[in-house]
Amino acid sequence: MIPALFFYLFAGICVASAFLVIASKNPVHSVLFLILAFSNAAGLFILLGAEFLAMILVIVYVGAVMVLFLFVVMMLDVNFAELRQGFLQYLPIGGVIGIVMLVELALVALTWVTAPDAQQALAAPTPPIARMLNTEALGHILYTRYVYFFQAAGMVLLVAMIGAIVLTLHHKPKVRRQSIAEQNARTKATAIEIVQVRSGQGL
Amino acid sequence: MLIGLGHYLTVAAILFTIGVLGIFINRKNVIIILMSIELILLSVNINLVSFSSFLGDLVGQVYALLVLTVAAAEAAIGLAILVAFFRNRGSIAVEDINLMKG
Repeated sequence: MIPALFFYLFAGICVASAFLVIASKNPVHSVLFLILAFSNAAGLFILLGAEFLAMILVIVYVGAVMVLFLFVVMMLDVNFAELRQGFLQYLPIGGVIGIVMLVELALVALTWVTAPDAQQALAAPTPPIARMLNTEALGHILYTRYVYFFQAAGMVLLVAMIGAIVLTLHHKPKVRRQSIAEQNARTKATAIEIVQVRSGQGL
Repeated sequence: MLIGLGHYLTVAAILFTIGVLGIFINRKNVIIILMSIELILLSVNINLVSFSSFLGDLVGQVYALLVLTVAAAEAAIGLAILVAFFRNRGSIAVEDINLMKG
């Protein structure tokens, strides 16, 4: 009874705040509702027994990505009310596509069945909770069989970090900077000029 | 009252639809579109984790971790592009992104 109650609590708040993300007038409110949606999705993950992913969701999403969104929204000096014009104009087509998509997903959800031999085909069966917790079990397969995927995820993050820095780094042309290579490339020939000045005459 | 796989899949489907709807009705605001993409990726993650939990296969959670990584990278790059665009054009409306006449 209690898990069902918590499921409906988390799912209800998650869906409601997701709806408010796309419907609220102020983008700052949208970001805050997105934080609420992610927190409740983390609750759903805990109900599913995926504690590690729930904590990652809270730390990475609510802690980092949403704060990034919030900073960007607050940094941009945009008239957001102007951007909302046409909201009602796009509502019919958006609603039609949303309903079609929901019906399609419902058709899939109502008709699928698990293959009878799916239980035999598990790639990495979850160990019983008495023997190993979720975080430990995930670490056991993530660092052994899926270590290359783990490394690839790290590379993706590295590329994203470098890309974000390159995109937003702003070089002001007026600011004079030290160029060490240029300084080291100077020689006696390029740096000074020796002239013989005859006495009584100028240069 | 038992909560089964279907309940979680329903939540994921509703979240996915809300995300797609958000892209359609906020066609001028890039920030909301990025947030809608985050919602869609969240619903995908809920799907993966619920299947992983109910089938007893841990690989779904590994995959959800990778999806999370890609989503974080996408958010960072998307916001960086947005900031660079705003610096150049002073606007974030989607109609103003027409430099390539696409």
